[in-house]
Amino acid sequence: MSALDVRNLGMAYGGTPILERVNLSVAPGDFCTIVGASGCGKSTFLRLLLSQERPTRGQILLDGENLPPEPTPDRGIVFQRYSVFPHLSVEDNLILCAEFAAAPLTGRFFGAKRRAARATVDSLLEQIGLAHARKRCPAQLSGGMQQRLAIAQALMMKPKVLLLDEPFGALDPGIRADMHELLLKLWDEMKMTVFMVTHDIGEAFKLGTRVLVFDKIRHDPHDPSAYGATITYDLPLERKRHVQPPETINELIATSEEIPAHA
Amino acid sequence: MSTIENGAKPVAGVEHGPPPRHHPLRLINRAPSRRLAVFLGALPFVALVVAYTAASHVRRLDNPSDRLLPSLESIGAAFFRLATERDVRTGDITLWVDTFDSLTRLGLGLGVALAFALVLGIAIGFLPHIRSALAPFIAAVSLIPPITILPILFIALGLGETSKIALITLGTAPVMIRSMAQAVIDIPREQMVKVQTLGASTWQIVTRVVLPQMMPKLIAALRLALVPGWIFLISAEAIASTSGLGYRIFLVRRYLAMDVILSYVIWITILAYLLDRLLLWWSRSAFWWSHLEGDSL
Repeated sequence: MSALDVRNLGMAYGGTPILERVNLSVAPGDFCTIVGASGCGKSTFLRLLLSQERPTRGQILLDGENLPPEPTPDRGIVFQRYSVFPHLSVEDNLILCAEFAAAPLTGRFFGAKRRAARATVDSLLEQIGLAHARKRCPAQLSGGMQQRLAIAQALMMKPKVLLLDEPFGALDPGIRADMHELLLKLWDEMKMTVFMVTHDIGEAFKLGTRVLVFDKIRHDPHDPSAYGATITYDLPLERKRHVQPPETINELIATSEEIPAHA
Repeated sequence: MSTIENGAKPVAGVEHGPPPRHHPLRLINRAPSRRLAVFLGALPFVALVVAYTAASHVRRLDNPSDRLLPSLESIGAAFFRLATERDVRTGDITLWVDTFDSLTRLGLGLGVALAFALVLGIAIGFLPHIRSALAPFIAAVSLIPPITILPILFIALGLGETSKIALITLGTAPVMIRSMAQAVIDIPREQMVKVQTLGASTWQIVTRVVLPQMMPKLIAALRLALVPGWIFLISAEAIASTSGLGYRIFLVRRYLAMDVILSYVIWITILAYLLDRLLLWWSRSAFWWSHLEGDSL
């Protein structure tokens, strides 16, 4: 359980601002969903939280300390695609982080040690419904199975913060509902802080305890890229299970009684 | 069609729509049956043999001792002689000694190139500092026509084995290094970030994530490098050697021994084909996970 503070964060690529003056304080165990139009910097924000990129201004504090300058095990990540290793079987994808920790030189278990390591993921495989597919490699799994594996793999390190970049964007609605159940169950058990970027407003309201809307508050009609986006609405969902999700972002903003985060 | 578009009811008495008009399938959607595929595959080979036999026959009608297009029997006889009889001067069986010497040179040359491709390719593709230092240099070196280096190699390393092996290595390594580096760069960025969040060191990322995914790409690069590899081998042997498949071909050229030349050409082709299939089989059996999607030749 970790608190996260974002202070006056700004990000620009070659002089084009993407994010500006982002301020946010997240309590331990919050499930923040991030919505907004395409190209408004949602994914950039996630990459900054991950230290995949460094902000051009401002700072991000995790438990009161600056984030390390590169990705570390305290922040797990699930991307929309390509986040499992295609040359490893399902079970070997899951024991990989244990191998890294135990064998600095070879990064690999052999013989009895490997069998023991594979046995430790039995219950996890059962939980994510991949016990029957443990010997398969990712190309032999469906999209939903791959994402279940990716989530389980990210959780193996017990990260303080779990980052999800449109993890279910490529899945069909039925599978998506199953994935929501799995994710909520794991979040409940592990009590970590979650940030999830999504295009699906319904998903954002269903899963989040807090919905963050990214948008631009300043517009220059002659130069649309002159200003970056920031968090325009920050909606805590106390009664999250009972809220009827709005259909679109505009409806969300129109019906909201919340005060914009940057009034 | 127009009645339906206009919203009018179908004409009374017509209970069924028109039968679907038969369109021949597009060519891209038609595949030959297994038997037809084998037949089609054999066709060009058969055509070549027939054309050669006819031409050879016609020439030998004019001149029974014609040497330019020997009959298939005399090519077979030459091959059998070279593969079974001992040379009176050296006491060796010519074909096998030539084959062994040539394959040794090719294997050593490509083996060294492979080692360079693996180490430098991964280093250039993976480590930004090494990429900045070496990528422009390798790109420039790969554009030197390798055969122009051959005289330099002969002068510097002598006429022995080293210079021939060096030519094969220098001729094939730069392109292999570049394709390996590109393959490392092409590994999705997501994987590289993910593995860092799993706590891996740079060395562990190389050995557990990059290297295993490079192996099938390396075999593919090696298969492509076999073609220039053979060219450089035969060239070096033709210019300065006392054994080898290329040496033999260029030696008997002086006597217009087309039967020997053609049997060697066929033999080299068979060897090259078998090497290529062997590498493909290795890739498919050891790295099957990379062959699950898409067709491959």
